[in-house]
Amino acid sequence: MSLAWTDTTHEIAGGKLHLSRAGSGRKLLILHHDIGTPDRLAFYDSLAGSFDVLVPHHPGWGKSERPQWLRSPRDIAAIHAWLLADLGLSDVSLIGLGFGGWIAAEMASLAPAAYRRLVLVGPMGIKPPEGDIADQAIVSYLDYPQAGFHDRAAFTRVYGDVTTDQLEQWDICREMSFRTAWKPYMYSQTLPHLLGGIRAPALVVWGDDDRHVPQSAARVWIEGLRNARLETIAACGHYVDMEKPDELARLVTSFVNAN
Amino acid sequence: MHLMYFTEQPMAAYDAHEGLKYGATALTFSNKHYDPVAASRLYNEYLEEYVLAEECGVDGIMLNEHHNAPFCMQPRTNMFGAILAAVTKRVKIVFLGNPLPLSDNPVQLSEEISMIDMISKGRVVSGFVRGGGQEQLANGVNPAFNRERFVEAHDLITKIWTEPGPFRWEGTHYQQRVVNPWALPLQKPYPRVWIPGVLSKETVIWTAQQRYPYIALNTSIDATKVIWDTYSKAAAEVGYTAGPENFGYLIRVHVQDTEEKALQNARQFMWMQGEFTGLAHPVWANPSGYFSPSGRRGFVEFAVGRAKNPRGQPTFEEQVADTMIVAGTPDQVIARLKHLIEHTRPGIMGLWGNDGTVPAADRRRCIELLGKEVMPALREHGAKLGLKDPWEANAPVHLRYSTDIPVQRAAAE
Repeated sequence: MSLAWTDTTHEIAGGKLHLSRAGSGRKLLILHHDIGTPDRLAFYDSLAGSFDVLVPHHPGWGKSERPQWLRSPRDIAAIHAWLLADLGLSDVSLIGLGFGGWIAAEMASLAPAAYRRLVLVGPMGIKPPEGDIADQAIVSYLDYPQAGFHDRAAFTRVYGDVTTDQLEQWDICREMSFRTAWKPYMYSQTLPHLLGGIRAPALVVWGDDDRHVPQSAARVWIEGLRNARLETIAACGHYVDMEKPDELARLVTSFVNAN
Repeated sequence: MHLMYFTEQPMAAYDAHEGLKYGATALTFSNKHYDPVAASRLYNEYLEEYVLAEECGVDGIMLNEHHNAPFCMQPRTNMFGAILAAVTKRVKIVFLGNPLPLSDNPVQLSEEISMIDMISKGRVVSGFVRGGGQEQLANGVNPAFNRERFVEAHDLITKIWTEPGPFRWEGTHYQQRVVNPWALPLQKPYPRVWIPGVLSKETVIWTAQQRYPYIALNTSIDATKVIWDTYSKAAAEVGYTAGPENFGYLIRVHVQDTEEKALQNARQFMWMQGEFTGLAHPVWANPSGYFSPSGRRGFVEFAVGRAKNPRGQPTFEEQVADTMIVAGTPDQVIARLKHLIEHTRPGIMGLWGNDGTVPAADRRRCIELLGKEVMPALREHGAKLGLKDPWEANAPVHLRYSTDIPVQRAAAE
């Protein structure tokens, strides 16, 4: 099945935000990782077969302009909420991948009744009770994303022989991560206290070999959210969407479509 | 010409094999290899060597600061500055410099520098630096805002030094309710500010715009000329002509009574596999957002091993041949440095005399020969070439105190 993805640009908060969109049906806003996202992924295509899928680039990442004033994932959350308002969309489900999971949780905590479902995949944003979120700052551009896969072959499937363009993009992503989440690194001290207001049922997904975000954090998410359950994916790293796209798409589809 | 003595104050008393085994001698190289007993001895030896340098006639002692690494024992440059303020009488205490972005409270930094200026009776040169990439990581400071913090902290400190308090500071990176420190510099309008650097074009241009001298840190003669050109153009744009008083140069120079001994000791300038800031992962030295976006592409290729270090990795012999390292007897060193001075024309010069594991007696002999033989010859040669330092040239401390720029004078009035 060939899918028609449409790329558009939206003026938000003084900058241009890039959005890819495809499919029809219930609306899914996918929020990508700290390392950005390839333009197309099997996971996105799979979901676009049965949903209206929106994949924006976070402000400052990929094809979206950098707002110099941007300082936190909560600012990014406000920008994505602005995008949904401009598009006139409601009853949206948020699919947050890693760092994007943090942004999704910020969006939902600021508008507790606004979203249909929340899917958080290895979310950053909360200090794990045991272990630390992996720090990009002191490892190479290749080591960091590679450590997010359980199986190196999966990394190669997605990124192939990594181009210099891709390395440059990862440096820019890394800089944006520093600009928005340097200290404390990759978590909020206030977010855990704000999860309880969120009305949307939540599915928390974790790769069983996630070396970026310790799975001990899952407990905090499950206990903090009103209505959440945990699914663990076997033989899978942090980037579940890239390593086990079909499995994650199946989980998302049945969870979002459930009444 | 202003001639300074410099050493990184190496903490060489650790097992070099441990560093090689670990693959790094910076940032994450464990301080379980740090020996406070040896360090206590070294601190005191280095202190005595600075006093000796003053006795031997050096004009200034250049101090710096680094963190988490054996190549430099000073994690707070103002600490040694404060000690030198009390135990020396004549030499300038030249900070090159305080890493401004590392400070979350530039007001306190201004207080420390002011105290040292008063205790030393006005001998401080208050250089400022951005701090290397590793320094940001070692201190938990966001590298992406390094340059913004540098400029804002500088503006806050110089406001403290030139305008009476109390005032409130509501900046982008610093907010202070009541800025009103009861410690101000003795020197007016404020201590001279010099800015050292290696390759950042943005810093060279900013420095020229302030009319602060720029001190090139052991760059090659050709690279130094490029820096001077960049500086001179930026100076012309704001209305003044840059001269030797705007330019400084730091070079590694080791001198002994015999050439053989000098060359043997000078090899210690390569003591950590030639990486004078320690063996490190490239991303530590250049965390994302720290460096200019124009260098991004070249850097990422280097960081993953696809390209050579843009700074190169010249051998000891190549560096001696290129006058990046100078070693020999006083006569040999003087001849070589005269050549260097003629080609780079600095008004300020730092002689980095000792590094690595050079024995204490040899370090002291090097200082004696530098102070008593090499520096006087260079001073005389510099005078012949018209190379005035900022004091000899009566250079303004900052552009705004210029008397040779009509618009500035009008603005000041």
